[in-house]
Amino acid sequence: MTVKQLSVFVENRPGRLSAVTEALASAGINIRAVSIADTKDFGIMRIIVNDTDKAIAALKENGFIASAANVIAVIADDKPGSMASIMKILYNANISVEYMYAAFLNREKGSACLILRVDNNENAVEALKDADCTLISEKELSEI
Amino acid sequence: MAQRYWNEKIEKMELAEMRKLQSERLVAQVKHVWDNVPYYRKKMEEKGVTPDDIKSIDDLHKLPFLSKADLRDSYPYGMLAAPLSDCVRIQSTSGTTGKRVVSFYTQNDVDLWEDCVARAITAAGGTKEDVVQVAYGYGLFTGGAGLHGGSHKVGCLTLPMSSGNTERQIQFMMDLKATILCCTPSYAAYIGETLQEMGYKPEDIPLKAGIFGAEPWTQAMREQIEATLGIKAYDIYGLTETSGPGVAFECEEQSGMHINEDNFIAEIIDPDTGEVLPEGSKGELVFTSITKEAFPLLRYRTRDICILSRGKCSCGRTLVKMTKPMGRSDDMLIIKGVNVFPSQIEEVLIKDFKAAPNYQIVVDRVGTTDTFEIKVEISDDMFSDTIKDISTLEKKIGADIQQILGIRAKISLVEPKSIPRSEGKAVRVIDKRKLV
Repeated sequence: MTVKQLSVFVENRPGRLSAVTEALASAGINIRAVSIADTKDFGIMRIIVNDTDKAIAALKENGFIASAANVIAVIADDKPGSMASIMKILYNANISVEYMYAAFLNREKGSACLILRVDNNENAVEALKDADCTLISEKELSEI
Repeated sequence: MAQRYWNEKIEKMELAEMRKLQSERLVAQVKHVWDNVPYYRKKMEEKGVTPDDIKSIDDLHKLPFLSKADLRDSYPYGMLAAPLSDCVRIQSTSGTTGKRVVSFYTQNDVDLWEDCVARAITAAGGTKEDVVQVAYGYGLFTGGAGLHGGSHKVGCLTLPMSSGNTERQIQFMMDLKATILCCTPSYAAYIGETLQEMGYKPEDIPLKAGIFGAEPWTQAMREQIEATLGIKAYDIYGLTETSGPGVAFECEEQSGMHINEDNFIAEIIDPDTGEVLPEGSKGELVFTSITKEAFPLLRYRTRDICILSRGKCSCGRTLVKMTKPMGRSDDMLIIKGVNVFPSQIEEVLIKDFKAAPNYQIVVDRVGTTDTFEIKVEISDDMFSDTIKDISTLEKKIGADIQQILGIRAKISLVEPKSIPRSEGKAVRVIDKRKLV
């Protein structure tokens, strides 16, 4: 059970983030999670949206390079140690986390949502389910 | 100071006498080429010209041109006019795949080449009392070999340093009291800056002159080098196709370079029509080698744009003078002394990505050092959602470019359509250096 993440290539110069978000806004896309990995010259903006296909189309139409990848959205309790326990589950299953960030996908008070990009989605999903973690599906995502 | 010449008779020869000498040599050279170079003979036949049509220098314009493309087509032996067993040396252009030129020399060719360089060293004030530090690259590149040979001819104590290792350059310069430095102007500037940083004043430096060439440089750069090193800086011109440095050299007047006309006939042509232009016109420089045995190019188009003039020179030399090249009639760039064609960069990009992305070459000069950046518009195939993959890609392009060109470029991936288009086509080269 994974969700789609969009990655967009963004040059490090004024106005580029404005242009990306404007393109998404015009298409009526809601951004549910965002993270930027940056280097000296460019960044990769990673986003989770309510309608991935529509978002990709809107970005390409505006000349951006974007691609989609499957990531895991896992619900964690908003309390000390819950992130540590998720990391431990993945570590024990020999899963490597390439990057992660937090999402604005709190279904209820007292919970948080983590977006995880791992080296093996299938094994990670299995390990997290075995440990009774709550994962969000693509369908649920569009309904939140 | 008394004027000094390496070969006074030639360097001060009256024009009529020089033209007579050039005519005799040209007639003999055309026969030599006709008999030994089928490639050029075919070109002459296509133009309906035979050696009988060339009776003097006035008939030079009847001969067909040669271009770099001809040298590429005939690589490696197609222009060879002497038996390989008579050749003693090859030199080559700066390691640029696809555009490589391999030039052959008999012992006589090497002697004449070194004689030309000896004139340049003498014109820069060099005598057998001097210590000449050759900091041009040694190897296939003609810079090191040319100045090295010329320095031997004059009888100077020669320090065969090759380029690089600036600390060692400076140690030898100071310890062995080098009086003449030979290298690219940008390297001379770098050595000067390093000496300055180390606390040396111009009067502490034993150098009195420098002979700098193989890349374009400005009057401002000359003044800066002269000030930091406390020397007079002389320009030298040449190309591997004709021999190497020493085709033309500066005298103490420092206002253009005297062409060694007893070996090379110079013409200025309109680069579009090929028509010979009158003296004083700006156009493409064309050389005919009239003494070379192994690799005698007739009417070779250099692609360098300059002006020739026969005004009286205060040094007493009568040899025609050429201005510093003011540009190129093709798209070749000279970056850090290396010849770079945009097509070479395109080839690397095609090889790495199966299709050429849009790219732009940005050249600038910071202080006295060229900067070289290649912007590449990222495509779907190149994109990945991890920084690691994109950085690996940038490094791969950089390594491939360096392998082909021999110099490092900064690779910048940019967004699609961010490289400016003019009439729909991307602008390939932005050269911000102000050289002329």
